[in-house]
Amino acid sequence: MLSRVANAIYWMNRYIERAENYARFFDVNFNLSLELPPNVSNQWKPLVVTTGDWKLYEKYNKNIEKEAVIYFMGFDPNNPNSIYNCIFNARENARSIRPEITKEIWAQVNNLYLLVKEGFKKKLWEMKDPRAYFTQVKEGCQMLYGIFDATLSRNDGWHFSKIGRMIERADKTSRVLDVKYHILLPKPEAVGSPIDLIQWSALLKSASAYDMYLKKYGKLTTMEISNFLILDTFFPRSILHCLIQAEESINIISANLDRNLNEVQKQLGMLRSQLAYTNIEDIISSGLHEFLDNFQLKLNNVSVAIFETFFSIEKIKSQSESSFKFI
Amino acid sequence: MAKIDLSQYETSGYFDEMIGKDGQVKSHYKLFKDRIDKIGLKKLNDLQYSTDRAQLSLGMTFNVYNDTQGVERILHLDIIPRIISSDDWDIIDRGLTQRITALNLFLDDIYNEQKILNDKIVPKELVLSSSTFLKQCIGLKPPKNVWCHISGTDLIRGDDGQFFVLEDNLRCPSGVSYMLENREILKRTFPEIFEKLDVRPVYGYALQLREMLESLVKVYPVSIAVLTPGIYNSAYFEHSYLAQQIGAELVEGQDLYVKDDFVYMITTKGLQRIDVIYRRVDDDFIDPLVFNKNSLLGTPGLFSAYKKGNVVLVNAPGTGVADDKAVYAYVPKIIKYYLNEDPIIQNVKTYICAEKQDLKYVIENIGKLVVKKTDASGGYGMLIGTKSTKATQQEFILKIKKDPRNYIAQPTINLSRVPTLSDCKIEGRHVDLRPYILYGREVKIIPGALTRVALKKNSLVVNSSQGGGSKDTWVLRKNN
Repeated sequence: MLSRVANAIYWMNRYIERAENYARFFDVNFNLSLELPPNVSNQWKPLVVTTGDWKLYEKYNKNIEKEAVIYFMGFDPNNPNSIYNCIFNARENARSIRPEITKEIWAQVNNLYLLVKEGFKKKLWEMKDPRAYFTQVKEGCQMLYGIFDATLSRNDGWHFSKIGRMIERADKTSRVLDVKYHILLPKPEAVGSPIDLIQWSALLKSASAYDMYLKKYGKLTTMEISNFLILDTFFPRSILHCLIQAEESINIISANLDRNLNEVQKQLGMLRSQLAYTNIEDIISSGLHEFLDNFQLKLNNVSVAIFETFFSIEKIKSQSESSFKFI
Repeated sequence: MAKIDLSQYETSGYFDEMIGKDGQVKSHYKLFKDRIDKIGLKKLNDLQYSTDRAQLSLGMTFNVYNDTQGVERILHLDIIPRIISSDDWDIIDRGLTQRITALNLFLDDIYNEQKILNDKIVPKELVLSSSTFLKQCIGLKPPKNVWCHISGTDLIRGDDGQFFVLEDNLRCPSGVSYMLENREILKRTFPEIFEKLDVRPVYGYALQLREMLESLVKVYPVSIAVLTPGIYNSAYFEHSYLAQQIGAELVEGQDLYVKDDFVYMITTKGLQRIDVIYRRVDDDFIDPLVFNKNSLLGTPGLFSAYKKGNVVLVNAPGTGVADDKAVYAYVPKIIKYYLNEDPIIQNVKTYICAEKQDLKYVIENIGKLVVKKTDASGGYGMLIGTKSTKATQQEFILKIKKDPRNYIAQPTINLSRVPTLSDCKIEGRHVDLRPYILYGREVKIIPGALTRVALKKNSLVVNSSQGGGSKDTWVLRKNN
């Protein structure tokens, strides 16, 4: 598959996953703000912090309030990660690789694009209760995953899609956990003390993990929630599960390339092993925040390695001068 | 259900494709009219609305240059089809086969022996001075001597219904994806009529295109790429659509790499050889080493690989000279010279400003002529005398005098009209016709076309970049 095309399909999926996450965050946060007692400070700032764009938010906004946050994360053209920009970029990527995807995928990306354009035109952020709209966005993204799954051949394009989605998802789960945990449980000693049920269930819901978590554990404990979101091998949004899935696809793409492992295989393999061979007690006693910080750094290195190994045209051209394979 | 009343429908002064001078529905449109009578005007408008939605959801957009109102637009598809009887189609089929065969021989000749120039049938100066005549192509012998593999010729009908060639387009013209997608949409809009009317299918186009591209090389399997300038090109939708339909890679110049005169794609697994490139990048931009040095769209070394015969470019570079609007005037003579036949489809009378007599006539009569730049397309750089102010006319006269070689003029032709939905009413709108031609082992005309329609009342400009829309074109198998 063309390097440029692989790059585009990878990013298309990252953008869709990001948009879906943001749409879900809105829904969860909105519900949360309805249930919190009036004296508790509002939950909109942690939400922006989760996305990693707090500095950018401060640049354009003085106050932290619902409307401004929804605008910033949902529609702001100045925010490269707003849902609007994510969907727009996903569509631009899809356009540039139109022959690689199916008509159904393309039509659904277009529908999503029309949906966010409509939201922008109707100034959705001014609405009292925009939940129905963001549910539509979320479902639109989920439908797209379904169409990918049901219509695309399991070729390299499909694997690059999956890698993009899994890396983005691992990143988002780690961020949402990091921010919430920071607020809820700043010190490791506090583990086991009575917990804020509303906040912890909101955390699980932010990762679409509430139902499956309850199914497995039946009650909310900080240790088990952290374990579920980081190390559970069966839950599709846990960090470890995402890494296993991404690694599986990287190995398929890299098969027959070379006997030696490439840079992505090395870095991703090491990161996945690090998680697979640890346990939640160790993570928490040595500091969850530090762990997650370190994880994000390494995940970032993985995505740099993906770029240099598969996407960078200059790099591939220069290799071809010496040792590159002609196929 | 109230029948659709066309008694107020205006036909005077124009040839109408559906309604005769006597106000009666023409025979090849009868079944269609019966059907829309059953549907009713209100439902017809609803169907039009669903069509607009379908186009949006399919992302059938094109980009408009110099447009600040968002770059993407839908090419409006009017759901009332343009229907062509099989007798009319027969003329088109034979006429275009003849014309393309002759133009291809012309190209092969002027880049090699130049017999037609030495015999003074076409003025040497006129051909060699064309900006689209590429010196780099002199001596070139493309596979099977085919230069213009893919073309689309613009036809119009005058007052009496006779077909004329308005323009030849030998530089991979766009629009064929609309011919194909419009049909898909209309099959959903009017399913019953398709069954009854015996409309000839167009879906074979993609298969024939693939077959034509494969016929140009001896290897198998053939590695084919469609070369696009990228997503901001006005016809990008079409490039991606065609690549997808024929199972080719859609590449940009940056995806290609030439090494030792072979062309490769840069893939995640290494360099993969390409045999045939259907390129939708203009001649000038395909290779910065040979043509425009500043081109970022092209691939250095591509032309050299082509000359060595290691890759086939479709169309061959240099074909533009045969659709130069001044050379156009000589096409009847070109047909006679190579085929010893009279043209089956006539040219529109053309005044060549490079010739003194014609220049004088053009300047004196500019108010009733259409003036065109010889190397332009897409409706850019033209003047419609009857619709222009004195000031613009003077402006054009200055331009022509300064550079007569680059201008031609033609009488204004009242293009034929087809009933079209406009603001919930049915009114006549002017149309042209662009059938598509493939040339590999032989010349093939696909039984269908893009009918471009000027959506503005009384407008004669059908170009999509200038407010034109499209219609599906139904070619009938036998006379109904």
